[in-house]
Amino acid sequence: MTLMTKFLGAAGALALTAGAALAEPGLIIDLGGKFDKSFNESAYTGAQRWIEETGGDYTETELQSEAQREQNMRKMAERGANPIVVLGFANASTLEKVAPDYPDTNFAIVDMVVDAPNVKSIVFTEHTGSYLVGIMAAMASETGTVSFVGGMDVPLIRKFACGYAQGAKSVSDDINVIANMTGNTPTAWNDPVKGAELAKSQISQGSDVVFAAAGGTGVGVLQAAADEGVYSIGVDSNQNYLHPGSVLTSMLKRVDNAVYDVFEEGRNDAFAPGIEVLGISEEGVGVAVDENNESLVTEEMMAAVDEAKAKIASGEIEVHDYTSDDSCPALSF
Amino acid sequence: MDLTTILQILDSTLRLATPLLFAALAGLFSERSGIIDIGLEGKMLAAAFFSASVAAFTGSVWMGLAGGIAASVVLSLIHGLASITFQGNQLISGVAINFLASGTTVVIGEAWFGLGGRTPQLEGSGRFQEMTLPFAETLSAVPIVGPFYATVLSGHSVLVYVGLVTVALTWWVLFRTRFGLRLRAVGENPESVDTAGVSVAKMRFAAVMIAGVLCGIAGAYLATGLAAGFVKEMSAGRGFIALAALIFAKWRPVPVLFACLLFGLLEAIGNRFQNIDLLGVNVPTQFMQALPYILTVVILAGFVGKAIPPRAGGQPYVKER
Repeated sequence: MTLMTKFLGAAGALALTAGAALAEPGLIIDLGGKFDKSFNESAYTGAQRWIEETGGDYTETELQSEAQREQNMRKMAERGANPIVVLGFANASTLEKVAPDYPDTNFAIVDMVVDAPNVKSIVFTEHTGSYLVGIMAAMASETGTVSFVGGMDVPLIRKFACGYAQGAKSVSDDINVIANMTGNTPTAWNDPVKGAELAKSQISQGSDVVFAAAGGTGVGVLQAAADEGVYSIGVDSNQNYLHPGSVLTSMLKRVDNAVYDVFEEGRNDAFAPGIEVLGISEEGVGVAVDENNESLVTEEMMAAVDEAKAKIASGEIEVHDYTSDDSCPALSF
Repeated sequence: MDLTTILQILDSTLRLATPLLFAALAGLFSERSGIIDIGLEGKMLAAAFFSASVAAFTGSVWMGLAGGIAASVVLSLIHGLASITFQGNQLISGVAINFLASGTTVVIGEAWFGLGGRTPQLEGSGRFQEMTLPFAETLSAVPIVGPFYATVLSGHSVLVYVGLVTVALTWWVLFRTRFGLRLRAVGENPESVDTAGVSVAKMRFAAVMIAGVLCGIAGAYLATGLAAGFVKEMSAGRGFIALAALIFAKWRPVPVLFACLLFGLLEAIGNRFQNIDLLGVNVPTQFMQALPYILTVVILAGFVGKAIPPRAGGQPYVKER
């Protein structure tokens, strides 16, 4: 009987803490894992920064399979997390279903637009960021061939590839751009062996700058480039430190800032649903320069990048967005 | 398509075929002794994880290789215990090993390194480096043979060459030694071997252990040769492709080599030509990536003829009731 009482007591205490934890923000880490050194890790870093700076706390879960999306999202909402941040385009259809069922909970989705009164959609202009690294790649290349390794073959990743190709071609029309995708299933985010093999194949075709937009697969791509002694370009997080001297730069996508801002809006009760586009002028995308790559980046490159930034911001250069019409003028898939 | 392209594809083929080759030879030993092994995938994965972890801790790829082999052999022994000693269902034991490896590698990895189930990046002596074969430079001037030797054969990690030697060794062991004769007999007709006074269980355990060692090398090659560290689920179905290659080769060592090279070639072509224009029609990426699997089905269904497995495969040997 005493044991029973203890259990009941424990259950009661749990219920109380659950009540006290109300309105903590929540974060659902997407497939590919928290430490993919890329997209998810960037979101995680943003959440950690928020904890450090505000002393708050948040709830976090990590998806293990495609089938868990809805279950995880509902569970998070029922636990009382608010606002809830979900990462990645693949959550859009699930969120469309789930969001109306929890009208008092605010959701934010990164990389996709979901139209609901309690959802904030955060999208990045990846094509413009990729355009910038494309310029750097073309200027760093000695062979006149640069390449791209994508993760799963989805419009979002083609958007990266297309922006990259346009950037490279803006330097010189003769630049040859090779683009490969790792696969058509979510495992393509986590296959460094295949990524390395694709990179080696591209390098053997003459590429000497490889841009990886492939989550965990990118780790293998960067490794292969370092092994073969050519340049690579990281994505989402700053990956310059992975192979100093080989990683030319990283195309930053500040998912961390997006997560931080949503958490902060939740804390200040200032959640604003709707679409938020983070581009170059909002510093949502950009190129990473730090002590690991400053010897590789020349002044001409930075000047060209700064010029392109200004022109994109003023509208003088218009970078074509693959997802706007599912086609790319600079690259055929 | 010029000669350089062909050579580069063949080069990639050899790299991609090696993990398949080790795993398929592992399956060959096991299945020839009458123990069906669908746990190749799991053993490879566990070996990949432990080889990368040990290499990360010690900084020595050879210690890593030993660690990977040890992990794979332990799983083999579990498979042997379940299916030989306790006469359980071999398929179920194999599936269990696959699940066990898939889960535990991530859990242990998270506990040891805290990197979400991956190991740290391996560098320098923690990885198998590419080695240049002797005379590769001098011979490369010789037409056809020279570039072939210099590009395709030279410049791989030592395990690739070990794999090729293992094929010959496997053939010799299976068909030219007393051990090999008994091993094959145990897979075909265990009663007769038992009557001759040879322990069926011991023979089968020996075969399963050899399979463990070979699978261990396959996994170590994935994590410390092809890649530079472990990532969850990095075996990515290669164990099953190896199993398909084994059946395709009708459980014979030399055909196994060619089957693995074929699968490697298909993957290399799929990687290289993601979209090609064929007779004016643009073949989409998806088709090129599915090609190895499509051809697997076509080849297995249509061209192999009848693949007859070892007769006692899958049946536990019961001496007396």
